[in-house]
Amino acid sequence: MSHVLSLLVEDKPGLLTRVAGLFARRGFNIESLAVGPTEIPGLSRITVVVDVEDLPLEQVTKQLNKLINVIKIVELEQTQSVQREHLLIKVRADNANRSQILESVNLFRAKVVDVAPDALVIEVTGDTAKTQALLRVLEPYGIRELAQSGLVAIGRGSKSITERVALPKN
Amino acid sequence: MPASSLPTPTAPAAESDAHEILTGAEAVVRTLELIGVTDVFGLPGGAILPVYDPLMDTKKIRHILVRHEQGAGHAAEGYASSSGKVGVAIATSGPGATNLVTAIADAHMDSVPILAITGQVFSTLMGTDAFQEADIVGITMPITKHSFLVTQPGEIPATLAAAYHIASTGRPGPVLVDITKDAQQNSAPFVWPPKIDLPGYRPVTKAHGKQIVAAAQLIAEAKKPVFYVGGGVIRAHASDQLLAFANATGVPVVTTLMARGAFPDSHPHHLGMPGMHGTVPAVLALQEADLLVALGARFDDRVTGKAALFAPKAKVVHVDIDPAEISKIRVADVPIVGDVRDVLVDLLAAFEDAAAVATPDYSAWWKYLNDLREEFPLGYTATSDGLLSPQHVIQRIGELTGPEAVYASGVGQHQMWAAQFIKYERPNSWLNSGGAGTMGYSVPAAMGAKVAQPDRVVWAIDGDGCFQMTNQELATCVINDIPIKVAIINNSSLGMVRQWQTLFYNGRYSNTDLNTGHQSIRIPDFVKLAEAYGCLGIRVEREDQVDAAIKLALETNDRPVVIDFVVSADAMVWPMVPQGVSNNYVQYARDHSPTWDDDMAETGRTEQDSSAGGASALRTVTGGNE
Repeated sequence: MSHVLSLLVEDKPGLLTRVAGLFARRGFNIESLAVGPTEIPGLSRITVVVDVEDLPLEQVTKQLNKLINVIKIVELEQTQSVQREHLLIKVRADNANRSQILESVNLFRAKVVDVAPDALVIEVTGDTAKTQALLRVLEPYGIRELAQSGLVAIGRGSKSITERVALPKN
Repeated sequence: MPASSLPTPTAPAAESDAHEILTGAEAVVRTLELIGVTDVFGLPGGAILPVYDPLMDTKKIRHILVRHEQGAGHAAEGYASSSGKVGVAIATSGPGATNLVTAIADAHMDSVPILAITGQVFSTLMGTDAFQEADIVGITMPITKHSFLVTQPGEIPATLAAAYHIASTGRPGPVLVDITKDAQQNSAPFVWPPKIDLPGYRPVTKAHGKQIVAAAQLIAEAKKPVFYVGGGVIRAHASDQLLAFANATGVPVVTTLMARGAFPDSHPHHLGMPGMHGTVPAVLALQEADLLVALGARFDDRVTGKAALFAPKAKVVHVDIDPAEISKIRVADVPIVGDVRDVLVDLLAAFEDAAAVATPDYSAWWKYLNDLREEFPLGYTATSDGLLSPQHVIQRIGELTGPEAVYASGVGQHQMWAAQFIKYERPNSWLNSGGAGTMGYSVPAAMGAKVAQPDRVVWAIDGDGCFQMTNQELATCVINDIPIKVAIINNSSLGMVRQWQTLFYNGRYSNTDLNTGHQSIRIPDFVKLAEAYGCLGIRVEREDQVDAAIKLALETNDRPVVIDFVVSADAMVWPMVPQGVSNNYVQYARDHSPTWDDDMAETGRTEQDSSAGGASALRTVTGGNE
């Protein structure tokens, strides 16, 4: 089953190689990966979605923790976190069906960000269930191109992943 | 390991000015001096040249010029494994660095604390396929505990200090520091002591009290417990604590290949080495135990055999400083993360409390094990061709030299015999390449050990195949007055591979004949080779020559000694558990398994196991990859 791991890491050269290499080497499959800065300079956050059972997940977490530049790892349960991915979808559209497509876009609270005589680029943000549902609706019109971000996630409530973390001194 | 490796802020104050301007190269040498490094092994080249200049002036560091960087790496390992200190190897960029890779991988598998310092091309040239450029940080990522790239001279002291700290604390391992040539040439204020900032590195050394109590309870209640001792006990300097705990509990002890010497071989509780070539009592003790207390051991496949069938009735207490080892192969009932040296002290106290309530009784277990010991002692038969028996040679080396010496072996049959037939009484006396299985480890590792422990006799127990991989370091030994003793167990072949060909490939000896022994053209002639290097070369072909040659070697300390023991190629390593099957299939000698006349319900074996475990088991297995 899929697990969402959030890694707080030092922003060092080669860090992503270390993390990705570890997954490959130990035979764990990454479903999605998103990397970006945090509110603290020098620290980045990696959100990884892995499809593993509970016991191998424990092994992944322990191995990741051994990486010197990994400071903290938390698993974000679906009910205890907000999980989002971002899609840009280029779909075929002509005068006959454009309005139908726009109706679907509005239903999903998505946005049209580019219009051409024979195509639309649609932007949508949401959890995986929502984005997949929109894709299914758009499929019959013909999806020309798809760009999808990795999942990003954050815990609900006031707690922060950066709490009680010894910060890098620069 | 004890956390004694951090530079102490007080000592260097007198000799280092915080604002002194040093080149990066000078900073490398100064930092090594200040963290207490006294010996380094290396070989210069273009990208590390700046460091070699100030290295010439230091009085505090002895640099030993090797003949191949792999030799520097293994020497650093031998230095570290024999002394517990950090070994240091230096190489240039590109091929110099890649030649270190095997030794780094070896140190990673066996948790050896080494610091590898490599030169890198100018930072402005990196990524351009410059002359002698290799991405050594990238190459070594999977085989180091950590690695650093340094491009600024000001970063050198803190980076080297951090690397040294990481290598020597927690679960020890190799750390690589790659320094660009411009970082070595440019100058910066030398700040000491540096701030070591590793927010993601906090090894847990003190174990949970609750888990300790739970483990002690299990030990007190068990009927058939075994202490499964791994190399972690040696790295943690925990032998004294283990001895106290074993004495207090009366539990049988087995020591893995990496742990030989962690517990005295002469101790009555010691059943010997478990695993593919372990003693029958040690293999079956693990297999039939109701409780395994794994101490710094990692359930390697060469110990467990088919892991799913390993010790089927046993509960597991697993003590390790690396949380990732716990439940990696076998789920632990009581996981204990901590320094095994501290854990053993805590366990002893908790055991005494638990034993006061219910007195443990292992007498039936000991009866069973003692019977096995009597029936299946470690031994060997005379060779079928009448030629010298390798086991006899190795046993005599151990007997005539004694337990205070250091024995470094290569990989293969001679390694197993050296693990079996030399009696180890103290930790750090047995060095070998256990995890990686690196042929060629022996000579350079022995060299490193002799540098670290100059007052000890150091033997390299090598094979004719292994010896041909790294014997160039004999030149280093002769020139630098490092009088090691090399015993080549010369069976004229890649012996362990040949053994598998005998057993599993119908005796088809594909590419295992090395032509160095009896009735061969003897290329090279090891005695002449030894003499060419300036060593004392001795050839031994008969049993009545063995003791005299060993004694002569022990008396010769003005130069290295190489003894070419020309032995039978037909000798095999026994006992043996074929690869990929249950340890129940242990064979005492070819086609000779222990008989299973005991109560199956008691040992956890099934009808199917025992019917397949008979004389034909060895022949039916062909999955070997040696």
